[in-house]
Amino acid sequence: MDKPYAITLDVGSSLANKTGAWRTNRPVYLDRLPPCNHACPAGENIQGWLFHAESGDYEAAWRALTEDNPLAAIMGRVCYHPCEGSCNRGKIDEAVGINSVERFLGDEAIKRGWKFAPPKSESGKRVLIVGAGPSGLSAAYHLRRLGHAVKIVDAGPRAGGMMRFGIPKYRLPRDVLDAEVQRILDMGIELELNCKVANILETMQAGRFDAAFLAVGAHIAKRAYIPAGEAAHMLDAVSVLRSMEGEDKPMLGRRVVVYGGGNTALDVARTAKRLGATESIIVYRRTREKMPAHDFEVEEALQEGVLIKWLSTIRNMADEGTLTVEKMALDDKGFPQPTGELETLEADSLVLALGQDVDLSLLDGVPGLVLKDGTVQVDRNMMTGHAGIFAGGDMVPSERTVTVGIGHGKKAARHIDGWLSGKPYDPPPKHELASFDKLNSWYYSDAPKTVRPMLDLARRTSTFDEVVSGLDETNALFEARRCLSCGNCFECDNCYGVCPDNAVIKLGPGKRFEFNFDYCKGCGICEAECPCGAIKMIPEVS
Amino acid sequence: MHEQDQQIKFYQTGTFTVGNRLLAENQRSVQADMHRTNSLNSGHRACQGCGEALGARYAIDAAMQATGNQLIAVNATGCLEVFSTPYPETSWQIPWIHSLFGNAAAVASGVAAAQRALGRPDVRVIAQGGDGGTTDIGFGCLSGMFERNDDVLYICYDNEAYMNTGVQRSSATPPAARTATTPALGPAPGNVFGTGKNVPRIAMAHRIPYVATASVSNLRDLERKVRHAMGIHGARYIHIFVPCPLGWGSAPADTIKLARLAVETGLFPLFEAHDGQVTSSTPIRHKVPVTEYLKLQKRYAHLFGKEPDLGRIAQIQGMADRNVDDFGLLQ
Repeated sequence: MDKPYAITLDVGSSLANKTGAWRTNRPVYLDRLPPCNHACPAGENIQGWLFHAESGDYEAAWRALTEDNPLAAIMGRVCYHPCEGSCNRGKIDEAVGINSVERFLGDEAIKRGWKFAPPKSESGKRVLIVGAGPSGLSAAYHLRRLGHAVKIVDAGPRAGGMMRFGIPKYRLPRDVLDAEVQRILDMGIELELNCKVANILETMQAGRFDAAFLAVGAHIAKRAYIPAGEAAHMLDAVSVLRSMEGEDKPMLGRRVVVYGGGNTALDVARTAKRLGATESIIVYRRTREKMPAHDFEVEEALQEGVLIKWLSTIRNMADEGTLTVEKMALDDKGFPQPTGELETLEADSLVLALGQDVDLSLLDGVPGLVLKDGTVQVDRNMMTGHAGIFAGGDMVPSERTVTVGIGHGKKAARHIDGWLSGKPYDPPPKHELASFDKLNSWYYSDAPKTVRPMLDLARRTSTFDEVVSGLDETNALFEARRCLSCGNCFECDNCYGVCPDNAVIKLGPGKRFEFNFDYCKGCGICEAECPCGAIKMIPEVS
Repeated sequence: MHEQDQQIKFYQTGTFTVGNRLLAENQRSVQADMHRTNSLNSGHRACQGCGEALGARYAIDAAMQATGNQLIAVNATGCLEVFSTPYPETSWQIPWIHSLFGNAAAVASGVAAAQRALGRPDVRVIAQGGDGGTTDIGFGCLSGMFERNDDVLYICYDNEAYMNTGVQRSSATPPAARTATTPALGPAPGNVFGTGKNVPRIAMAHRIPYVATASVSNLRDLERKVRHAMGIHGARYIHIFVPCPLGWGSAPADTIKLARLAVETGLFPLFEAHDGQVTSSTPIRHKVPVTEYLKLQKRYAHLFGKEPDLGRIAQIQGMADRNVDDFGLLQ
């Protein structure tokens, strides 16, 4: 008998007990679509680039941003930032100042001389782009990145399109525009200026182009019939803004009346003020609520002393500059109707800002095209009815903003690439939306009160005037860190910490986490306590 | 890091989350560590969403780190003991001993004495139990351990009833709560509004070196208190609030939420006391009415019937408000 008198049994580990068998629901990690990304007309991965900005790696942030949009510094000045309108942080305190961080990153890139990498290989295909505005430049950038040879032709004397000839300098300084355009051209893109394409098919054939992207914009001012004396000084907004780029500034006089209610009308009225007009009056036939111009632009214009006459139309303009204005009243359906009540306004000049049309003459004789309401119809791949000819920006039916144009350029580039390679571009399915109810906002720090007033001031002034600079690094970093990272794991370790069963495996920095389904009981605490909504419980299937 | 980063002192989630990639390694919690001890390992048989399993790992991992892994734990009978050590398995990855329901504090005193006799002052001792083993059955031994100032940290995981035996009332069960022994029947359904038995306050009355309350909803606060306690010799007591989905009739996913609401309503004040005097309290961040906390639990469902029991809800609110005043929770 060599057995001991008393024995000690080895204890086994509870790891033998696979509690995962209890589970009826299982957690899964997922990336949800942040509302900012969802709202961005240029399809930027805003949450993605803010993630890098949060850690102070501004170059990585800028590179992530320019994956989608090459014009960060321009965006940070002229974009109407629908991202901020949809930002979930707005439901906690105030939306993240995405636009000001974007401007900071764009300015950093110019200051530090960051460049775009040339394509890794050449495809051997040639693409013609007509129009060097935001849409054309965006398409050129993306096509060049994909390895295609790109040539841009533009009818104007300088590149930039409406960014140069429509947007006033006080909103977009020309050195910023020049720097961002040049950086795109430096990728090896040919630009031919002062060259109006008369017939697109002939031009394509002559240059042996495999595809074309048309983005000529909308540069023809719409007219309205207003009886006027021969000496009456009547101009259109497009030419006024364009001539601001030339040697001879437009002579508008001391009393300027602008007719229209869009952003262009405001641009002209504010430009007139800057040219020395003592009175700059906008006449608009409807109410402020109905005005298509953006609210903050109206606000800024009013702050600068621009006057707006609501519910008014211009009947005629006499030689000596007397305008007859008729008061309007809204009918039951909200349409303005004449009241017969007249008044007069003294004006040295009248500028019509009544919208713009597209010059479609280059498309004459192209078979298959569908034109409607003065625009070119395109399919969901941005291709016109003529195979190989794509179009975007203001010349296709859409909201006419720089950001939308840039988005068109990117989308068209991807589909042109797919069309050229014979492998149609199939956009990845969109993730489900990271709405506010998916978040656990408890975990986010309240913005410290000491920094907020400074930030508010910086935000207010950064969008107004180039006399005042944008965010400095301190503010930009703080602003970036206000991002909630909606729907996308930012490695806060909460799931790893809160699991009562130690069933979350931490994979290390940058590698996120995994569930250990041998032990996960499916309690759902990880989902409930995930700040950003990057975990979802789904039914267990046997 | 840039100098300016330091100047901003804003870290997106600060220390509210378990970790934070913007914080330096040494500013993160023990639970964020890839190499944490996992003192209470996977495979234990606690219910889904068990607050006690979570609280025990939080506390013991923190104590292990604070003592350089020189730690022995003594466990009272209760859920924690039952679900972690069904023979022949154990979930404990630390030296661990279980004796009886009521004698954990006394056994721990003995283990501490043994270490002293062995000349191992570096080995530290923790006793732990549920509210039953602490506030009822083990109360005599606990008071003795305090009174002798034995070198033990006693941790009570309070889930407010005897849970593994079938949810019977303990002296930590709150007023109006339904348990198996205080059913929701009669003119005053649920537990009586007694005078209460506040063990942290009783511990303070012993004037022991350190007493604290903590919650599984505030990890940083909990870890800091455990670490602080392990830096002190003599009798110490930490009372940790751990929701019980089974006994409270709450959703397993709501465990931390309920713990957070208990703090934010004022029903469970977070404070610490040295030598019998309150020295700090953790302020409420967003004050909420007690109904937000009560409504998530079936043990209070009878308060929210067709005719809400406004009188007793007001009484519970009164308890919360009194805590807010007593401990200065709104700063």
